[in-house]
Amino acid sequence: MLHITTLHYLVLGAALFLLGVIGVLTRRNVVIVLMSIELILNAVNLNLVAFSRYWQGLHGPGALHGQVFAIFVITDAAAEAAVGLGILIAFFRNKETVNVDEVNLLKW
Amino acid sequence: MNPPVATPFFFYLLAATMIIGGILVITRKNAVHSAMALITALLAQAGLYLMLYAPFVAGVQIILYAGGIMVLFLFVIMLISIERAEKERQFNKQWLVGIAAAAALGGLFIAVYTTNTKGRPLFPEGRVSFGETLNTQQIAGLLFDRQTGQYMFAFEIASLLLLVAIIGAVVMSKKRI
Repeated sequence: MLHITTLHYLVLGAALFLLGVIGVLTRRNVVIVLMSIELILNAVNLNLVAFSRYWQGLHGPGALHGQVFAIFVITDAAAEAAVGLGILIAFFRNKETVNVDEVNLLKW
Repeated sequence: MNPPVATPFFFYLLAATMIIGGILVITRKNAVHSAMALITALLAQAGLYLMLYAPFVAGVQIILYAGGIMVLFLFVIMLISIERAEKERQFNKQWLVGIAAAAALGGLFIAVYTTNTKGRPLFPEGRVSFGETLNTQQIAGLLFDRQTGQYMFAFEIASLLLLVAIIGAVVMSKKRI
Protein backbone atom coordinates (compact mmCIF):
# COMPACT_ATOMS: atom_id res chain seq x y z
CA MET A 1 0.00 0.00 0.00
CA LEU A 2 1.04 3.58 -0.56
CA HIS A 3 2.58 5.71 2.11
CA ILE A 4 0.15 8.06 3.86
CA THR A 5 1.08 11.64 3.00
CA THR A 6 -0.13 15.04 4.13
CA LEU A 7 -2.45 15.16 1.15
CA HIS A 8 -4.40 12.16 2.43
CA TYR A 9 -5.20 14.04 5.63
CA LEU A 10 -6.08 17.18 3.69
CA VAL A 11 -8.54 15.29 1.49
CA LEU A 12 -10.13 13.71 4.55
CA GLY A 13 -10.37 17.13 6.17
CA ALA A 14 -11.98 18.57 3.05
CA ALA A 15 -14.55 15.76 2.98
CA LEU A 16 -15.45 16.34 6.63
CA PHE A 17 -15.64 20.08 6.05
CA LEU A 18 -18.07 19.51 3.18
CA LEU A 19 -20.22 17.22 5.32
CA GLY A 20 -20.34 19.92 7.97
CA VAL A 21 -21.26 22.59 5.43
CA ILE A 22 -24.07 20.42 4.07
CA GLY A 23 -25.33 19.88 7.61
CA VAL A 24 -25.28 23.60 8.41
CA LEU A 25 -27.00 24.58 5.18
CA THR A 26 -29.72 21.95 5.01
CA ARG A 27 -30.75 20.82 8.50
CA ARG A 28 -33.55 22.47 10.47
CA ASN A 29 -32.72 21.20 13.94
CA VAL A 30 -30.46 23.72 15.72
CA VAL A 31 -28.69 21.04 17.76
CA ILE A 32 -27.62 19.23 14.61
CA VAL A 33 -26.56 22.52 13.02
CA LEU A 34 -24.29 23.11 16.03
CA MET A 35 -22.93 19.57 15.71
CA SER A 36 -22.20 20.24 12.04
CA ILE A 37 -20.22 23.30 13.11
CA GLU A 38 -18.22 21.00 15.39
CA LEU A 39 -17.57 18.77 12.36
CA ILE A 40 -16.24 21.79 10.45
CA LEU A 41 -13.96 22.81 13.33
CA ASN A 42 -12.65 19.26 13.57
CA ALA A 43 -11.89 19.17 9.86
CA VAL A 44 -9.84 22.33 10.31
CA ASN A 45 -8.08 20.80 13.31
CA LEU A 46 -7.16 17.72 11.31
CA ASN A 47 -5.65 19.93 8.62
CA LEU A 48 -3.73 21.93 11.22
CA VAL A 49 -2.23 18.85 12.86
CA ALA A 50 -1.36 17.32 9.47
CA PHE A 51 0.38 20.53 8.45
CA SER A 52 2.14 20.59 11.81
CA ARG A 53 3.54 17.15 11.01
CA TYR A 54 4.69 18.39 7.61
CA TRP A 55 6.24 21.48 9.18
CA GLN A 56 8.09 19.29 11.68
CA GLY A 57 9.69 17.53 8.73
CA LEU A 58 11.00 20.87 7.48
CA HIS A 59 11.99 22.57 10.72
CA GLY A 60 12.73 19.84 13.22
CA PRO A 61 10.60 18.14 15.84
CA GLY A 62 10.13 21.31 17.90
CA ALA A 63 8.05 23.10 15.26
CA LEU A 64 4.66 22.30 16.72
CA HIS A 65 2.83 25.49 15.80
CA GLY A 66 0.00 23.64 14.07
CA GLN A 67 -0.72 21.61 17.19
CA VAL A 68 -0.77 24.77 19.31
CA PHE A 69 -3.23 26.26 16.84
CA ALA A 70 -5.35 23.12 17.09
CA ILE A 71 -5.48 23.53 20.87
CA PHE A 72 -6.62 27.13 20.44
CA VAL A 73 -9.31 25.98 18.00
CA ILE A 74 -10.50 23.42 20.55
CA THR A 75 -10.70 26.23 23.15
CA ASP A 76 -12.79 28.27 20.72
CA ALA A 77 -15.01 25.28 20.04
CA ALA A 78 -15.66 24.84 23.77
CA ALA A 79 -16.57 28.52 24.14
CA GLU A 80 -18.74 28.40 21.04
CA ALA A 81 -20.57 25.29 22.22
CA ALA A 82 -21.24 26.77 25.67
CA VAL A 83 -22.60 30.06 24.33
CA GLY A 84 -24.43 28.43 21.42
CA LEU A 85 -26.20 25.92 23.62
CA GLY A 86 -27.09 28.69 26.09
CA ILE A 87 -28.67 30.65 23.24
CA LEU A 88 -30.44 27.46 22.16
CA ILE A 89 -31.96 26.98 25.61
CA ALA A 90 -33.14 30.62 25.73
CA PHE A 91 -34.54 30.20 22.22
CA PHE A 92 -36.40 27.02 23.08
CA ARG A 93 -37.83 28.59 26.22
CA ASN A 94 -39.24 31.50 24.20
CA LYS A 95 -40.41 29.85 20.98
CA GLU A 96 -40.99 26.18 21.98
CA THR A 97 -39.22 24.96 18.86
CA VAL A 98 -35.73 23.93 17.77
CA ASN A 99 -36.08 24.66 14.07
CA VAL A 100 -33.82 27.34 12.67
CA ASP A 101 -36.17 28.38 9.88
CA GLU A 102 -38.81 29.40 12.41
CA VAL A 103 -36.53 32.16 13.68
CA ASN A 104 -37.44 34.93 11.30
CA LEU A 105 -37.65 37.99 13.50
CA LEU A 106 -34.79 39.72 11.70
CA LYS A 107 -35.92 38.64 8.25
CA TRP A 108 -37.69 41.02 5.90
CA MET B 1 14.90 6.28 12.52
CA ASN B 2 11.71 4.78 13.81
CA PRO B 3 9.28 2.77 11.73
CA PRO B 4 5.88 4.37 11.05
CA VAL B 5 3.55 4.25 13.99
CA ALA B 6 0.78 2.45 12.09
CA THR B 7 0.16 1.01 8.69
CA PRO B 8 -1.94 2.77 6.02
CA PHE B 9 -4.68 0.30 6.82
CA PHE B 10 -5.39 2.11 10.07
CA PHE B 11 -5.52 5.45 8.30
CA TYR B 12 -8.18 4.20 5.92
CA LEU B 13 -10.07 2.49 8.74
CA LEU B 14 -10.16 5.65 10.86
CA ALA B 15 -10.93 7.83 7.84
CA ALA B 16 -13.87 5.60 6.90
CA THR B 17 -15.11 5.73 10.50
CA MET B 18 -14.96 9.51 10.44
CA ILE B 19 -16.72 9.85 7.09
CA ILE B 20 -19.49 7.43 8.03
CA GLY B 21 -19.85 9.16 11.40
CA GLY B 22 -20.11 12.54 9.69
CA ILE B 23 -22.74 11.29 7.26
CA LEU B 24 -24.74 9.86 10.16
CA VAL B 25 -24.48 13.18 12.04
CA ILE B 26 -26.14 15.11 9.24
CA THR B 27 -28.75 12.53 8.28
CA ARG B 28 -30.18 11.10 11.53
CA LYS B 29 -33.57 12.31 12.74
CA ASN B 30 -32.89 11.74 16.41
CA ALA B 31 -30.39 14.27 17.79
CA VAL B 32 -29.08 11.73 20.31
CA HIS B 33 -28.14 9.38 17.48
CA SER B 34 -26.37 12.27 15.76
CA ALA B 35 -24.44 13.01 18.95
CA MET B 36 -23.38 9.36 19.25
CA ALA B 37 -22.17 9.35 15.62
CA LEU B 38 -20.26 12.56 16.28
CA ILE B 39 -18.59 11.04 19.35
CA THR B 40 -17.50 8.06 17.23
CA ALA B 41 -16.07 10.40 14.59
CA LEU B 42 -14.24 12.43 17.24
CA LEU B 43 -12.67 9.33 18.78
CA ALA B 44 -11.54 8.18 15.33
CA GLN B 45 -10.03 11.60 14.84
CA ALA B 46 -8.10 11.20 18.10
CA GLY B 47 -6.66 8.03 16.57
CA LEU B 48 -5.60 10.01 13.51
CA TYR B 49 -3.89 12.54 15.78
CA LEU B 50 -1.93 9.68 17.32
CA MET B 51 -0.91 8.59 13.82
CA LEU B 52 0.35 12.14 13.25
CA TYR B 53 2.52 11.90 16.42
CA ALA B 54 0.35 14.39 18.31
CA PRO B 55 -0.47 12.54 21.55
CA PHE B 56 -1.25 15.69 23.53
CA VAL B 57 -3.80 16.93 21.00
CA ALA B 58 -5.27 13.43 20.89
CA GLY B 59 -5.69 13.45 24.65
CA VAL B 60 -7.25 16.92 24.58
CA GLN B 61 -9.55 15.74 21.80
CA ILE B 62 -10.82 12.80 23.85
CA ILE B 63 -11.07 14.61 27.19
CA LEU B 64 -12.43 17.94 25.98
CA TYR B 65 -14.35 17.10 22.83
CA ALA B 66 -15.67 13.60 23.30
CA GLY B 67 -15.83 13.96 27.07
CA GLY B 68 -16.76 17.60 27.68
CA ILE B 69 -18.42 19.26 24.73
CA MET B 70 -20.44 16.23 23.69
CA VAL B 71 -21.73 15.71 27.23
CA LEU B 72 -22.85 19.36 27.12
CA PHE B 73 -24.62 18.64 23.84
CA LEU B 74 -26.34 15.58 25.29
CA PHE B 75 -27.45 17.57 28.35
CA VAL B 76 -29.06 20.19 26.13
CA ILE B 77 -30.69 17.53 23.96
CA MET B 78 -32.27 16.12 27.12
CA LEU B 79 -33.45 19.60 28.17
CA ILE B 80 -35.28 20.35 24.94
CA SER B 81 -38.00 18.09 23.64
CA ILE B 82 -36.75 16.03 20.75
CA GLU B 83 -39.90 13.98 20.27
CA ARG B 84 -41.65 16.76 18.39
CA ALA B 85 -38.62 17.67 16.31
CA GLU B 86 -38.33 14.05 15.19
CA LYS B 87 -41.76 14.06 13.61
CA GLU B 88 -41.20 17.26 11.68
CA ARG B 89 -39.49 17.86 8.36
CA GLN B 90 -35.74 17.45 8.86
CA PHE B 91 -34.39 19.53 5.97
CA ASN B 92 -35.25 23.13 5.21
CA LYS B 93 -36.68 24.45 1.99
CA GLN B 94 -33.32 25.61 0.66
CA TRP B 95 -31.69 22.18 0.87
CA LEU B 96 -31.11 21.99 -2.87
CA VAL B 97 -29.34 25.36 -2.90
CA GLY B 98 -27.33 24.29 0.13
CA ILE B 99 -26.15 21.09 -1.52
CA ALA B 100 -25.33 23.02 -4.70
CA ALA B 101 -23.22 25.49 -2.69
CA ALA B 102 -21.45 22.63 -0.92
CA ALA B 103 -20.81 20.95 -4.30
CA ALA B 104 -19.28 24.19 -5.59
CA LEU B 105 -17.05 24.28 -2.52
CA GLY B 106 -16.09 20.65 -3.12
CA GLY B 107 -15.18 21.49 -6.71
CA LEU B 108 -12.99 24.26 -5.38
CA PHE B 109 -11.24 21.83 -3.02
CA ILE B 110 -10.65 19.37 -5.85
CA ALA B 111 -9.30 22.16 -8.06
CA VAL B 112 -6.88 23.28 -5.35
CA TYR B 113 -5.69 19.82 -4.36
CA THR B 114 -5.02 18.75 -7.94
CA THR B 115 -3.19 21.95 -8.87
CA ASN B 116 0.38 21.51 -10.05
CA THR B 117 2.86 24.34 -9.88
CA LYS B 118 5.87 23.76 -12.13
CA GLY B 119 5.12 20.07 -12.33
CA ARG B 120 4.90 19.62 -8.56
CA PRO B 121 1.69 19.34 -6.57
CA LEU B 122 0.73 22.27 -4.38
CA PHE B 123 1.12 20.22 -1.20
CA PRO B 124 4.25 18.07 -1.38
CA GLU B 125 4.22 14.61 0.09
CA GLY B 126 5.51 15.18 3.56
CA ARG B 127 7.25 11.97 4.41
CA VAL B 128 8.38 12.60 7.95
CA SER B 129 10.19 9.77 9.62
CA PHE B 130 11.28 10.66 13.10
CA GLY B 131 9.60 9.40 16.19
CA GLU B 132 7.76 11.31 18.83
CA THR B 133 10.05 13.47 20.94
CA LEU B 134 8.68 15.08 24.08
CA ASN B 135 5.54 16.35 22.36
CA THR B 136 3.75 17.61 25.46
CA GLN B 137 6.84 19.36 26.85
CA GLN B 138 7.44 21.13 23.56
CA ILE B 139 3.83 22.32 23.33
CA ALA B 140 4.11 23.61 26.89
CA GLY B 141 7.36 25.36 25.87
CA LEU B 142 5.55 27.14 23.07
CA LEU B 143 2.67 28.08 25.34
CA PHE B 144 4.24 28.94 28.69
CA ASP B 145 7.99 29.36 28.49
CA ARG B 146 9.42 32.83 28.98
CA GLN B 147 12.08 32.48 26.28
CA THR B 148 10.52 30.26 23.64
CA GLY B 149 6.84 30.85 24.38
CA GLN B 150 5.54 32.75 21.38
CA TYR B 151 1.94 31.95 22.21
CA MET B 152 1.86 33.13 25.81
CA PHE B 153 -0.20 36.23 25.06
CA ALA B 154 -2.62 34.27 22.87
CA PHE B 155 -2.96 31.77 25.71
CA GLU B 156 -3.97 34.52 28.12
CA ILE B 157 -6.44 35.88 25.57
CA ALA B 158 -7.90 32.37 25.32
CA SER B 159 -8.51 32.36 29.07
CA LEU B 160 -10.29 35.70 28.69
CA LEU B 161 -12.39 34.19 25.89
CA LEU B 162 -13.39 31.31 28.16
CA LEU B 163 -14.37 33.76 30.91
CA VAL B 164 -16.56 35.68 28.47
CA ALA B 165 -18.08 32.41 27.29
CA ILE B 166 -18.90 31.36 30.86
CA ILE B 167 -20.59 34.69 31.55
CA GLY B 168 -22.43 34.49 28.24
CA ALA B 169 -23.67 30.98 28.90
CA VAL B 170 -24.90 31.90 32.37
CA VAL B 171 -26.67 35.03 31.10
CA MET B 172 -28.22 33.16 28.18
CA SER B 173 -29.69 30.43 30.34
CA LYS B 174 -31.26 32.81 32.84
CA LYS B 175 -34.96 32.40 33.46
CA ARG B 176 -36.04 35.68 31.95
CA ILE B 177 -34.08 37.14 29.08
